[in-house]
Amino acid sequence: MKVVLQNLTKVFVGYHRKKKEEVIAVNDFTFEIPDGKLIGLLGPSGCGKSTTLNLISGLEKPTAGRIFFGEDDVTDLPPEHRGVGLVFQNYALYPHLTVRQNILFPLENLRGREKLSKEQMQERAMNAAKLVQIEELMDRKPGELSGGQQQRVAIARALVKEPRVLLLDEPLSNLDARLRLRTREEIRRIQRETKVTTIFVTHDQEEAMSICDFIVVMKAGVVHQIGKPQEVYDHPVNLFVAKFLGTPPINVFEGQVKDETLYIGEEAVLAVKGAKDGEVYVGIRPEGFVPAADGALTCSLKGVEVTGRDTTIVSSHPLSLNTEIRSVMTAETVVPAGADRVRFALKPNKVKIFSRETEEAIPFEE
Amino acid sequence: MDNRNQKGWLYLLPALLFLGVFMVYPLADVLIYSFEEGYNFASQTFFGVGWYNYSYVLHDPYFLQAVKNTFLIVLITVPLSTLIALLISALLSSIKPLRNLFQTIYFLPYVTNTLAVGLVFMILFRKTPYTDGLVNLVIRLFGGSAVDFIDGPYWAKMFVMCFYTIWVVMPFKILILTGALASVRQDYYKAAKIDGTPRLRVFFRITLPMISPMIFYLVITGFIGAFKAYSDEVAIFGTDLNAAGMNTIVGYVYDMLYGNSGGYPSYASAAALILFAVVFTITVINLLISQKNVHY
Repeated sequence: MKVVLQNLTKVFVGYHRKKKEEVIAVNDFTFEIPDGKLIGLLGPSGCGKSTTLNLISGLEKPTAGRIFFGEDDVTDLPPEHRGVGLVFQNYALYPHLTVRQNILFPLENLRGREKLSKEQMQERAMNAAKLVQIEELMDRKPGELSGGQQQRVAIARALVKEPRVLLLDEPLSNLDARLRLRTREEIRRIQRETKVTTIFVTHDQEEAMSICDFIVVMKAGVVHQIGKPQEVYDHPVNLFVAKFLGTPPINVFEGQVKDETLYIGEEAVLAVKGAKDGEVYVGIRPEGFVPAADGALTCSLKGVEVTGRDTTIVSSHPLSLNTEIRSVMTAETVVPAGADRVRFALKPNKVKIFSRETEEAIPFEE
Repeated sequence: MDNRNQKGWLYLLPALLFLGVFMVYPLADVLIYSFEEGYNFASQTFFGVGWYNYSYVLHDPYFLQAVKNTFLIVLITVPLSTLIALLISALLSSIKPLRNLFQTIYFLPYVTNTLAVGLVFMILFRKTPYTDGLVNLVIRLFGGSAVDFIDGPYWAKMFVMCFYTIWVVMPFKILILTGALASVRQDYYKAAKIDGTPRLRVFFRITLPMISPMIFYLVITGFIGAFKAYSDEVAIFGTDLNAAGMNTIVGYVYDMLYGNSGGYPSYASAAALILFAVVFTITVINLLISQKNVHY
């Protein structure tokens, strides 16, 4: 089921010292989520991603705009008639019911034509449990389960109604780092098996990049970029998106373009064909630095971190906006020891330039 | 280790002393009194030891009346007040505007003196040669005939008594229950809403189990409180409760000690221990029932 958001807007009206205050949580969203894909809504906290999820689920009513599931306009439908499954950040499993009763709960609400017999309910519950691999936990209470297991139960409860759209609100944030890695693969697998259109909200870009078919990068209620994770990473539309994606984060310098050449300070670091003259921000991905004796960019060397798989050179530069520049390279790279300066050549495809005024990306021929 | 043990007991000593002097000793004393037959308060002498005091109390029509009254009050007011409080709290938490105002209004009776409330009830319900009272005015308005609720038939007196008791215990229950309802996480309701759970089912399958520990607490303390009722009766019917036929077990104990028929600590002790046995039994039954239905 594809999901289409059309000019979706949500304004919260609050009162602060009797003064009316309007907060635009979601500002004029228009995008289409293709059928059967896994989509990540990604942004810093307060960017409106959870509100967007609530609008899709029907827990919140939009101020303006429409929501379509396939061809159906569901904007005015209550949540139960939309056919959505929602997994809450803290799972919201009913603590007094067993796992089985929790999973059966949504089915027992079905009335009329959709009403199921006891056997059908048990079968559906068992299928959902098998899908998330919790069959042997069916008679336990949520309090007796680990965080990861509770998460699975919550997913099973959301899937048991066979929803048209599955929504996950920060599904991994309550898990520890190891479990998070496993669970995100698990979510990917479940999504592939059920082929249900899945939207998940996260503030963790790594999480989103690793499992999503598409990511939607948001900030302050505005969508900044939609695309495949690699595309968004390689071609960020503005400085915010570039800074938000990637660990370690992109290194940003103040620079200028003069005669189709990019300068950081006095050093001409790169030929940028097609870019207009002016003040710019230069973003260089950590993997875009190549140490070279005749490299164009000179930085003061602060240290070298070796992790085995790769080597990180930590350096600094007076025009860098980051306190330290982290550049990552393969472990084979020989780093000049004892030197207090390091010179880098830059990989053109890892360098992005952004207008100083608008922070929009400036395209150039590599 | 030994040293630490001694220190521990030393720290406990004040509390143990206090409890010993003001709880254990009186309890033991009551037990002893209750078996001393023909005990004379003035000469501190008694004839023998045995079950006579219990037998006397259990055959005393005043005591039997008190037991009947107490049980009626307990069985009517505890379930009713808990249910009404639950209903009011559920309604309170489902409204947004003026909620604080209503909460304050519902809590006001709690900070009001019971005797003052009793006086108001007297004015509302009493029928005198000069006036029928406000409640009777209303009854007459609907074509009924006036009843003397304070000095009339038994059922009328019991009605006022239960009405009053419920009214007095309600604020505390509402306070506890609105607090319990507010502490149920909103996510459960959102999850239920996503699944299209009907409101009644949400209440019975989610809300009620979630606040069940608090309800259980209110029922237990409600039972114990109602079994120990006495001052509420005095507030409405005055100190001669036997004459009014509205005495309670605690009232009987008091009368036996200090009332018109006073000076019988042995009978009072026997009655008090019978009351203790009753409350203990009921509380154990409550605990057994709760094990299945209360979710912590």
